[in-house]
Amino acid sequence: MDQKHVHPLLVKYARIGAYKQPHCPGCGNGIVAQCMLRAIDELKLDMDKIVFASGIGCSSWIPSPLFNADVLHTTHGRSLAFATGVKLSNPELRVVVFTGDGDSAAIGGNHLIQAARKNIEILTVLVNNRIYGMTGGQVAPTTPHGVKTKTTPYGNLEYPFDLCKLVEAAGASYVARWTTFHTRQLVSSMKKGLLKKGFSFIEVISQCPVQYGTFVGIRDPAEMLHIFRKISVPFEKAKNMSREELEGKIVIGEFVDIERTGLAEAYQRLLEMMNL
Amino acid sequence: MKKVRIHINEDLCKGCGICISLCPNKVFAKSEEISSKGVFLPVIIHGDKCIACRICEEHCPDLAIFIEAQDVEK
Repeated sequence: MDQKHVHPLLVKYARIGAYKQPHCPGCGNGIVAQCMLRAIDELKLDMDKIVFASGIGCSSWIPSPLFNADVLHTTHGRSLAFATGVKLSNPELRVVVFTGDGDSAAIGGNHLIQAARKNIEILTVLVNNRIYGMTGGQVAPTTPHGVKTKTTPYGNLEYPFDLCKLVEAAGASYVARWTTFHTRQLVSSMKKGLLKKGFSFIEVISQCPVQYGTFVGIRDPAEMLHIFRKISVPFEKAKNMSREELEGKIVIGEFVDIERTGLAEAYQRLLEMMNL
Repeated sequence: MKKVRIHINEDLCKGCGICISLCPNKVFAKSEEISSKGVFLPVIIHGDKCIACRICEEHCPDLAIFIEAQDVEK
């Protein structure tokens, strides 16, 4: 191991011996991991007071084994259920969930809706690579219309989820969407989400150069980042655009930022009231 | 004026080429030789052009690159 050129964030926050990312070359998950470490570093939070939970999928390998903190690697789609238990039993801890589109939009979709409705104080970072990457490139509920995948060789007939609208309608306190190109905005959103007293949800549109890239014909991760920059439309600008104009675009920005009492705080108040 | 040092960790780099493509001043180029890990590493060809914007550092998925910048007087 080259000890001379180790990134300062790795030295400070990563588990020794786990510096090498488990993802494919050019995967966006590593960018999200770095943004989270940067947000923690800028807020000067104690890693021992944060619990990371993740499910199954590529993006669930972001916190484990890299982050030198308590990490729960749970069953497919159930990371939010485990995280709810952690937060309610020990409200002192900050809970961060890393999840993917297959994890929380497909199999764990109801957990995501219910966690947002409960407004439990969890930061959920959903890395949306728009395909099932780990299992070989099958169609996901977030795959854009018309994209060819391994299970839709003639193009996807279905339409993708708008997860931010879903979570907003379910009642989350903070909702934002960025891409892996917008790292600085993502770091500032993560900082807000870490400090938020309610359910915070950040969707990160990420590149998958190996699976998604093979099917759409873009194998170069940097080219995908350039495309993200081109097709991103800020939320304020998108308000005045028609549905046809927004076809194929990614609306980015902060959609919701409100203050509401979270479930864990309300539960603590109830316990105090009953002198328990 | 800034004194800039670019660190590339050859053990962590997977050769995805994001830093080469995103750099606004084209500081990097792809190595012509394959490394012992089997990847084409980025090599610094115009180190003096680096303005320490840290775009390469922030977009590196493997945390294999970072910039040290110090302000120095002219």
